[in-house]
Amino acid sequence: MPVSKETLDEIALSQREYDLIVEKLGREPTPVELGMFGSLWSEHCGYKYSKALLRMFPVTGKHVLVKPGEENAGIIDIGDGQVIGFKMESHNHPSYIEPYQGAATGVGGIVRDIFTMGLRPIALMNSLRFGPLSEPHNRYLFGGVVGGIAGYGNCLGIADVGGEIYFDQCYTGNPLVNALCLGIGRADNLIKARASGEGNLIMLVGADTGRDGLHGASGLASRTFEEVRELRSAVQVGNPFMEKLLIEACLELAGTDWIVGMQDCGAAGLTSAIIEAADKGNSGIDIDVSKVPRREKGMTPYEVMISESQERMIVIAKKGYENKVKALFDRWELHSDIIGRVTADGIAIVRDGGKVVVNAPVKILNTPPVYRLRPQRPGWLDEIQRLDLNKIKDIAPKKTGEMLLKLLASPNICSKHAVYRQYDHQVGDNTVVLPGSDAAVLRIQETSKAFSMVTDGNGRYCYVNPFIGGVIAVAEAARNTACSGARPMAITNCLNFGNPEKNDVYFQLQECIKGMTQACKKLKIPVISGNVSLYNETRDVAVFPTPVVGMVGLIKDVKHHCSSGFKQEGDIVFLIGEPANGESLGSSEYLEMAHGMIKGTQHIDIEKERRVQTCVIKAIERGLLNSAHDCSDGGLAVALAESCILGDTGFTGKIEVKGRLDAALFGEAQSRIVVSTCPKAAYRLETLALKHNVPLARMGVTGGAQFTIKGYIDLPVSRLHYAWWNGLLNY
Amino acid sequence: MKFGIVVFPGTWSDRDCYYSLHNILGQDAAYVWHKETNLSPYDCIVLPGGFSYGDYLRTGAIARFSPVMDAVAEFDKKGKPVIGICNGFQVLCEAHLLPGVLRQNDHLEYRCQWTYLKTENNSTIFTGKCRRGQVLKIPISHYEGRYYADDDTLKKLEDTGRVAFRYATPGGEVTREANPNGALNNIAGIINERGNVLGMMPHPERSCEDVLGSADGNIIWESIIAGI
Repeated sequence: MPVSKETLDEIALSQREYDLIVEKLGREPTPVELGMFGSLWSEHCGYKYSKALLRMFPVTGKHVLVKPGEENAGIIDIGDGQVIGFKMESHNHPSYIEPYQGAATGVGGIVRDIFTMGLRPIALMNSLRFGPLSEPHNRYLFGGVVGGIAGYGNCLGIADVGGEIYFDQCYTGNPLVNALCLGIGRADNLIKARASGEGNLIMLVGADTGRDGLHGASGLASRTFEEVRELRSAVQVGNPFMEKLLIEACLELAGTDWIVGMQDCGAAGLTSAIIEAADKGNSGIDIDVSKVPRREKGMTPYEVMISESQERMIVIAKKGYENKVKALFDRWELHSDIIGRVTADGIAIVRDGGKVVVNAPVKILNTPPVYRLRPQRPGWLDEIQRLDLNKIKDIAPKKTGEMLLKLLASPNICSKHAVYRQYDHQVGDNTVVLPGSDAAVLRIQETSKAFSMVTDGNGRYCYVNPFIGGVIAVAEAARNTACSGARPMAITNCLNFGNPEKNDVYFQLQECIKGMTQACKKLKIPVISGNVSLYNETRDVAVFPTPVVGMVGLIKDVKHHCSSGFKQEGDIVFLIGEPANGESLGSSEYLEMAHGMIKGTQHIDIEKERRVQTCVIKAIERGLLNSAHDCSDGGLAVALAESCILGDTGFTGKIEVKGRLDAALFGEAQSRIVVSTCPKAAYRLETLALKHNVPLARMGVTGGAQFTIKGYIDLPVSRLHYAWWNGLLNY
Repeated sequence: MKFGIVVFPGTWSDRDCYYSLHNILGQDAAYVWHKETNLSPYDCIVLPGGFSYGDYLRTGAIARFSPVMDAVAEFDKKGKPVIGICNGFQVLCEAHLLPGVLRQNDHLEYRCQWTYLKTENNSTIFTGKCRRGQVLKIPISHYEGRYYADDDTLKKLEDTGRVAFRYATPGGEVTREANPNGALNNIAGIINERGNVLGMMPHPERSCEDVLGSADGNIIWESIIAGI
């Protein structure tokens, strides 16, 4: 029976892929099998376009216990038998179609990835990108997404410690909504996502199965948008209360020896949960979809197998323990039903009562083709990488104060407290540094340790130069981590790109991954998990290539952590790193704000970056620093101003101007950190900087109520604060 | 003495309450499942924060019908101390163990932030260790925290010293700006007529260590411990 193009389009498979399926099976697939192939061979589940590139990432390190792809999230060892697992995932397309539920279920999905492994989820972060809020539809999306994250996350009792939010026109038709979840647990108590042991029972736990989220993985996440209305049923609806019960019940279950594995139903629902678990366990499965409790009548086996109804888990119970497992879930008032068993022959059998609807080898189902396309450098890169500084007028000294206020109030730099205060960021009794600093810091109970969390990713830098942008995404996350006093342990990432089947998008993806890889290797930070979100295009317009890096660092002694606000009057302020030259204006916030252009490539020397970060970490560990703040968007003047605002204290000092004034104040030269130290410790800091071969320039002192850069800016801190604090509210 | 920390489906402050009572203050504490009907082992009952039963329908409206709530009412009749925090406060109001109601914040947004509480009455068993007018730094985290009661009830509360805490500035001034949710008279916490039940929206279990930004919440626990 030849298959129609419409059928293949619906599940986003190509004719060649269909032919490959026929060849591997030795026959035509059944309709249910075809639906399962469509899901498992989608980019979202199968990574068929990105896998070859992702292999570049360094994935090993002395702390790494679980590498990418092995389980639902990567895991690192933090000593004393404790482990931390974390992962970031995108929910971009659902959030565009239905912002509240899209963002909410994004949180739900990433949280399940963590507790599925037996880890207690204790922290969340979100990295968001929207089009300008001056457009009503963007404002609707923004409000819905933030509301969904708050509405779902707050109900779970997991601290949401911030993240980042950026605005640019390119995200208007395609916002980015990435969620990171981190969990903590014991190394000897981890649960694997595998189905093994012939005769063990496959139980479906949690919510009933409905028609929501059909074709989420294949249709929504693996294609570009043409017409969104028809896809509304591809978005799921979340029930955070059910999720909270699942967290508690599953963690209780993880403490027993009644199960061999656990897997959440995420993208592609039962299909991916069961097939991936069977594949990892080198097993087969035999399930009966008529045993799956339904939310609505008349669902076909096909729909049951690919439904993405939320808050569902697969539990592989040891034979003979199924009643104990059921009793545990009953106590939490959750359904649990035996829907099948593990077999030894490697075949996936799906029945609908007496009728077999799927009979295919697990390995064939779960081995999508891997493509390596031909990258092509887009011609327009030459144009946007060229920044002719001679044609750009330098800023007049008397205009610098006004520009600083404008930058502080700009949506990409201003305070995001209006968002973070809607997230419960303190539940759990762990949060030491609240959202709004360079990195959030959470202590680890019953130890002296703490960890830092940060997300970073500058789409503009990557648009102009995907390789450098990739390097900087990792370097900046590490710099923010260093500013908290933490040593970087590992990263997760979310790669948000356009359609990879276009050669220029594939080029961006490849270059960006190369850049990230280089930075990870030089800074010795492994990648332990991640997610790829491709097809971020609407009507042929792709978003900026936006890699988001989530990084976790470890602080040995929470007493020696640091944050970005100045702490007291009379401290000496230093710049670690070099003054900015004209090139640092490339793709900067200032250049866009003052001159309306996104042009010119940033530069970074990763070796210098490493020395700067090491110096800052050591200085914090030795208790020499009272604050540390990375110079990023808006440059040195903005970094100094933010340290004043956050510390509610003034600053008086000078700035070294070599060449252009705008670059000295607002250039975004990399590898620079503003620190403050009490005068007694200044000498030790200077010695340390010398030892690490890091430039250190004395800038001024803290104190008073005025922000003064001699000869240029003289403004009350209260005015800076007002501009910065109200930027988003007035946007 | 022994604290019983009630766990409804959807409760999440239970672990933080346990942590601050057991790990920080060295008290005997245990979780009490919502189906429990015997509270005789406990000297004080804590109704923690969270979203009991998802807070579907209305905050605390379903939890009040939990079996444990009949036992809590009996516990209250004996004059034993009950403290409801955040969702626990909402449940106590729904169960009519405290007067009034917690409505949606006036700005219609969830709020998680530090607040400063002025101790209005330091002669209750929950505030005995506070100085008169002492300002406590304790965070809130809620969507429905705007205390509301009819005029007669409010007057009675005010006249009989049953307002335990008010939202204030760090200096202790009760101002509109210091009110994070629009609560009447800046009310953050009240006690019942007998003085053995306290409901408060802020989370004392979150300000239990200096490293978290404040240890002021411990004063409330220590007051209870000293008062029994």
